[in-house]
Amino acid sequence: MSILVDKDTKIIVQGLTGKTGTFHTEQALEYFGTKMVAGVHPKKGGETWSSGIEGAAELPIFASVKEAKDATGANASVVYVPPAGAAAAIIEAIDAEIPFIVCITEGIPVADMVKVKARLDNSNSRLLGPNCPGVLTPEECKIGIMPGSIFKKGSVGIVSRSGTLTYEAVFQTSQEGLGQTTAVGIGGDPVKGTEFIDMLDMFLDDPETESIIMIGEIGGSAEEEAAEWLQEQAKKGRKKPMVGFIAGRTAPPGRTMGHAGAVISGGKGGAEDKIAAMEAAGIRVSPSPAKLGKTLVELLKETA
Amino acid sequence: MNIHEYQAKAVLKEYGAPVAEGVAIFSADEAEAAAKKLPGPLWVVKSQIHAGGRGKGKFKELPADAKGGVRLAFSIDEVIANAKDMLGNTLVTAQTGDAGKVVNRLYIEDGADIERELYLSLLVDRSSGQVAFVASTEGGMDIEEVAHSTPEKILTLPINPLDGVTDEKAGQLCDALKLEGDARADGLKLFPILYKAFVEKDMSLLEINPLIVMKDGHLRVLDAKVSFDGNALFRHEDIVALRDKTEEDEKEIEASKHDLAYVALDGNIGCMVNGAGLAMATMDIIKLYGAEPANFLDVGGGASKEKVTAAFKIITSDPNVKGILVNIFGGIMRCDVIAEGVLAAVKEVGLQVPLVVRLEGTNVELGKKIISESGLNVIPADDLDDAAQKIVAAVKEAN
Repeated sequence: MSILVDKDTKIIVQGLTGKTGTFHTEQALEYFGTKMVAGVHPKKGGETWSSGIEGAAELPIFASVKEAKDATGANASVVYVPPAGAAAAIIEAIDAEIPFIVCITEGIPVADMVKVKARLDNSNSRLLGPNCPGVLTPEECKIGIMPGSIFKKGSVGIVSRSGTLTYEAVFQTSQEGLGQTTAVGIGGDPVKGTEFIDMLDMFLDDPETESIIMIGEIGGSAEEEAAEWLQEQAKKGRKKPMVGFIAGRTAPPGRTMGHAGAVISGGKGGAEDKIAAMEAAGIRVSPSPAKLGKTLVELLKETA
Repeated sequence: MNIHEYQAKAVLKEYGAPVAEGVAIFSADEAEAAAKKLPGPLWVVKSQIHAGGRGKGKFKELPADAKGGVRLAFSIDEVIANAKDMLGNTLVTAQTGDAGKVVNRLYIEDGADIERELYLSLLVDRSSGQVAFVASTEGGMDIEEVAHSTPEKILTLPINPLDGVTDEKAGQLCDALKLEGDARADGLKLFPILYKAFVEKDMSLLEINPLIVMKDGHLRVLDAKVSFDGNALFRHEDIVALRDKTEEDEKEIEASKHDLAYVALDGNIGCMVNGAGLAMATMDIIKLYGAEPANFLDVGGGASKEKVTAAFKIITSDPNVKGILVNIFGGIMRCDVIAEGVLAAVKEVGLQVPLVVRLEGTNVELGKKIISESGLNVIPADDLDDAAQKIVAAVKEAN
C-alpha cells in the first residue's frame, strides 16, 4: 500500500504547456506510466499537448479544471502555474472538487496562501505544498519533480519540508536496501496545505510503512507540534521507528534561508528546540544529513 | 524586504493611522529646516537603520557616555547638535552585530507626552494560516523577553480572512491592551486600518512597539517596523521604490540580481548547494566538523550554467572565503550543468582556495568526468559527510 497516491491516481496538470510543466509531465509519464490524463489552460482548451518524445502519449488540454475532471475522471491535480497565478489555479481546483491538489510552484505571496487556506478549510480537497517537490510512490505514481531514478520500492515512509533533503533520505534508504513506501515533500512555505501531522497519521496507518524518516527545518513550530502529537499517539499504541533531521542549526536569527518559511523569528523556530522535541518523542535525530539511512538501519536493528 | 521607520509611518499614515508629524533628513544641513516645520517644544531625533534597539545603541565613533541612536531635543539648536553628532557615525545595537550600521538618515519627529506604552504587531500565524494580531500591555520592551517571562501578558489573535477584523475581535484587542475612553475609540478604528494595510501591501511583519496612549487620552503609533513579503513585491512598485540598498550586503544584492538565495555569514568556507534545506544542512555539517560556513547559497532547482557561474563568483568575491564546498543533489538539476558552470567560473575568476565538489543524482557520472578531466585541482567527494570533512581538512592544511 501507499499513501496519497497509487497506480490508479489520475492526474491533470495546471500549467502543462509551460517549460517546467512539460518537462516534468514527460518525466512522470516515463515513471512507470503515471496516469497523467490532461492539461488545463484557459486559452488553449481543445488543443493537444505533445511531450516531444517520439511515440509518447499526447494529452488533451481543457479550458478549465472542471471540464478536465468531468472528461477524464481525474482525482488529482498538479500545479506548475507561475507564482502570480498559482493561488487562483489552486482555488479553481478546490472549486472543481479535485480531492488531491499538489502545488509545486515556489514564490507564491503568503497573503494569497492565506486566502487559499481559508477556502481549503471548508472543502473536500487536500492540498500538498506549495513550494514542494510533490509525492512519489515507487513503481506506481510520481506527482511533481522528484527524480524517479533514486527510488526503490520498500518500507520507509519519508516526509520532509525540503526537496533536496528528501532526495538524500530516498537515496540513502535505497542504498541501504530498505526502499520507500511513499516520499512526500510538504514544502518550505509558512502557510501550506499539508503539515507533518497529516502525513505521519497516514504513515502510521499504512501497514506497509514499517519506519518513518521526518525531515524538518528552522522556522515555525510544526516539528514541535508533530512531536507532541506523536507522543500522544504512542500512548495509544500507535508507534513506528523514526529517524529525524533538522536543517538550519547554524542559521542566524532573522534571516530567511531560501525557503520563505525557514526563518527564526521572535526567538522561535530554532533548530535546537525542534531537535529536543523530536528526541523527547522517541525520534532518533541524526546530526548529519548523510547518515539518515545508516541511522535508520541501526535503529531497526536495535528495535528488531 | 525591510524599510525604514519613517517610510513605514508614511505608509501607515496613508491608511489613516495616527502617527506624529516628522521629517526625514539626509544631512545635518537639513536639520534646522526640518525642526522648524514641527511645532515643538519637544523633538525626537531618530537614527534610521534597518535594525532594532536603536535607543539603547551606542555610536562607535563617540565617547562611551554619549547618548544612543534615539535622542530627545528641547530646542532647535539641540536638534541640530544631535543631527551633527549622529549622522555618518556607526550605530551598534543588539541587532546590528559588532560591525554596527552607519546612520545615513535621521527622522526628526514631533515629541509626544506618553502615558502608557503598549505592544502591537501583525504577522502571519503559521498554525492557523491566518494573519494574527499580537497585543500586550508591556510595550517599549523586548517582546521576546515578555513572551519568555510573562507569556500570559500576550494575546495572539488570528483574523479569519473571510470576516476581517470584526467588532468583536477589535474589542478583544482593546481589552487586552486595557484601552478605555478615547483610546478605546481610537483602537476600534485603528485595528481594521492596520489589518487592511498589512493585507493590501503584502506585509510579512508590522510591529508597533510602542503604541502609546498619550496624556490627552489618544493613541499614537510611536515606532513602526514593517517588512514586506519578497514574493509579492512584483505587485507593489511603490514599495520596491522604498528599498535602501545601503542597508544590504553587496553580495546579497548581486545574488538577488541572479535570482540566487544567498545569505552572507561570518565563517570561511563558502558553500554552493541546490535546495534550501540541503544548503542549510551543508552549513550545519561544516560546523559539525569544526569549521564555520561563509554563506548560505541555494542555486535553485533549475539553475543554468550562467547562474552557477554567477554564484561561484559571488562566493569567491568574499575575502574571508578560504575554501569552497559545492554540494549538489541533482534531481531537476543536472550534475553536468553544475560541473560546466563551476569550470566556466574557475576559468574566469581563477581558483585560489581548495575546492571540494560532491555531486549526486541526474547525470552524476558525466558531471564527475567533466571535473576530473578538467585538470583543475578539485577534490572529489562521495557524500556530504566525506565532502565536509575534506573541505575542513583542506582549509586547515592551507592555513
